Amino acid sequence: MERTSTTPPPSVKLSIRDLQVSYGSKRALGPISVDIYERNVTALIGPSGCGKSTFLRSLNRMNDLVPSAQIEGSVKLDGTELYGAQVDPVGVRRRIGMVFQQSNPFPKSIAENVAYGLKIEKKLQKSEIRDRVEQALRRSALWEEVKDRLDESALRLSGGQQQRLCIARALAVNPDVLLMDEPASALDPIATARIEQLIHELSASVTVVIVTHNLQQAARVSSYTAFFYLGDLVEYNRTEVIFRNPSQEKTEEYVTGKFG
Amino acid sequence: MTQPVHTNRGFEHELTTLRERILLMGGRAEEAINSALGSLEDRDVALAERVKAMDDYIDRDELEIDELAQTILATRQPVASDLRFITMSLKIVTDLERIGDLAANIAKRSIELVGMPPLTPGVNFGPLAKRVQQSLREALDSFVERNADKALAIIEADREIDAMNAALFSDLISRGSVDTATLRVLIPTTSIARSLERIGDHAKNLAEEVVYMVRGRDVRHRNAIRHSRGDQS
Amino acid sequence: MKLKLKRTKRNALGDIALILASALALLLVIGSLAVIVIDVGIHGYERLSWAFLTESPDNGMMGGGIFPAIVGTTAMVFLMTLAGVPIGVATAVYLHEYAAPDSRFAKLVRIAVQNLAGVPSIVFGLFGLGFFIQWVGPGIDRFLLGGARMFGQPGILWASLTMAVLTLPVVIVATEEALSNVPNSVREAAFALGATKFQVVATVVVPQSLAGILTGGILAVSRGAGEVAPLLFTGAAYFLPELPSRFSDQFMHLGYHVYVLSTQSPDVDATQPILYATVLVLLALVFMLNLTAMVARSRMRRHFA
Repeated sequence: MERTSTTPPPSVKLSIRDLQVSYGSKRALGPISVDIYERNVTALIGPSGCGKSTFLRSLNRMNDLVPSAQIEGSVKLDGTELYGAQVDPVGVRRRIGMVFQQSNPFPKSIAENVAYGLKIEKKLQKSEIRDRVEQALRRSALWEEVKDRLDESALRLSGGQQQRLCIARALAVNPDVLLMDEPASALDPIATARIEQLIHELSASVTVVIVTHNLQQAARVSSYTAFFYLGDLVEYNRTEVIFRNPSQEKTEEYVTGKFG
Repeated sequence: MTQPVHTNRGFEHELTTLRERILLMGGRAEEAINSALGSLEDRDVALAERVKAMDDYIDRDELEIDELAQTILATRQPVASDLRFITMSLKIVTDLERIGDLAANIAKRSIELVGMPPLTPGVNFGPLAKRVQQSLREALDSFVERNADKALAIIEADREIDAMNAALFSDLISRGSVDTATLRVLIPTTSIARSLERIGDHAKNLAEEVVYMVRGRDVRHRNAIRHSRGDQS
Repeated sequence: MKLKLKRTKRNALGDIALILASALALLLVIGSLAVIVIDVGIHGYERLSWAFLTESPDNGMMGGGIFPAIVGTTAMVFLMTLAGVPIGVATAVYLHEYAAPDSRFAKLVRIAVQNLAGVPSIVFGLFGLGFFIQWVGPGIDRFLLGGARMFGQPGILWASLTMAVLTLPVVIVATEEALSNVPNSVREAAFALGATKFQVVATVVVPQSLAGILTGGILAVSRGAGEVAPLLFTGAAYFLPELPSRFSDQFMHLGYHVYVLSTQSPDVDATQPILYATVLVLLALVFMLNLTAMVARSRMRRHFA
């Protein structure tokens, strides 16, 4: 589907309202209200410490793991409140997967890595696990490269392959949303291009939110871009608008490199 | 208030160089027109020859500025206002180059007219020429000042030029059947009028490019867009 | 100005001096170890035989073998490991994975562990005597066994538990070290996949630090195997031809046997070959444990690296 400026906006996957995060007494983010659109890639850009990673980690409640973090406001996934009193963060993380800056495979075999999320969730037949491992590896475009060595250590893979393995691992549990925290910043240009192509393909089936310091990358992979500065959301719009004609002066200065 | 500059000084310097080169080229194009019109008025063949030489400089400017802009695109991946500035630079130089060609054409025609009897009644290019020169000057000013309002005024003024040109044409055509000698004078004269009108068009293009560069809003072909939108809905 | 690229004499001399000093230090370490091993090897080898390893001592320690001491040492080490390593690992896992970084309780436990490591081993013996043999043991006897004197005296169980306490700091420190070597990113990966805290610890963190934990465990074991002082009060027997069959039995121990042979023998010359052979067996046992630790470590590393 060709996305032009005349197509209507897709449906809202994540609805964030007045989200505010502080560490101790220091405000790190917000309050922020924004809608993330389903089956689109949304890029979060901004200088270091602008709150974009904090925002990303609030979406799957990873910030709950930081003892000093206080989170207020509301994040709704398909209308369901993720910060409700009854909600188990563990369940949230099963529906919203995450891929990190440094590829972090477990020191287990390739197959075991991909199967991890499945195995901790519930008992499954061996054959079913095998099928879903293959499916996830195919979706992350890694299957052809590793199908003959699924029992080898994941740590023997190259950096780019490891990162795609981490994506496969996150995909294996069929999440609705995939959060990516600078997934290609440690990779060479070719591996980066593969990851970007993969992100593009995934956006047909998953909602992707990606933090990146590489503005060209944001421009290449995303259809929406949010610019964060000093813990606030300065501008949120379609990516081509942000990079061709942003409406906020701060955004203009950041994307053209006139900061600091 | 000081304009924020790029953190990367090399990039900033390249952009400044690009801007200065375009202004220089614009200055040459203006001079070429002024000289061409001067040579026409004074029947000055030497001046007309100089205009043709100027056109070579202008062509060389186009090549060099194109190269500079492409280098910046390839190495800096500019976005937002920088991207608009550079892509518009590529268009602006094309317009300026065409203006140079048209000035050279006027110069050539004025050489042809040297030694020929003037038309009776005479043709007065003065007001049209002045209007076109003013448009080009203001277009270049709006580029320097990044002044979109000024540029929009030029776009509006283009209608005036078209009208003046049309009046000139109907005057020339209304002379009815003429003898061969008169025709020899009439054809270059028509060509000069046509060139002036075209220069006016290019000045208007420059103005449109400045508006896009400053505001990120495309003011070209508004009818075409309106039509295509209408088709979709 | 000319660029100075030539090696100066001063630099060269400095390098040579440093290399010599390092070589000397290395020689000292390897040399002393070699002297011990060779001396013990030469003298102990003559007396070493199958019979020596499988027979009980007789003739007032001047004849026979050291079988009960080997069995006693092995049994004690086994019990000690069984008791000490799980507690140590559990403590470390709590301290490193569960306790908040600024938890006062965790801080207190850590200080206690550090101090425990600095306590002289003889004090552990006294602790074992006072705590297990004079307090816990009689309690068991009185309330569970109806007053029969069984646990209220030195025995292999109390000796093993005392040794377990002694080796606890080694296990805890080694395990914590191993846990801290597990990168946080791996924990995050597991959390992000919807793992609970327990699943993260049990399926990712502990398996990944197993090599380190194992090394710590085996180092603790080899320390426990060589330590003698605490056993003096808690269960090692001077001479006991029968093997221990119950937890409350006393037992013979290689280290203690060496001590006995070298200080209590009526005829020093006659016991000397036995003494050397016993030391050789003890050294071999400790070296073997250390070697196992190294092999296990490198194997685990190679398995997933």
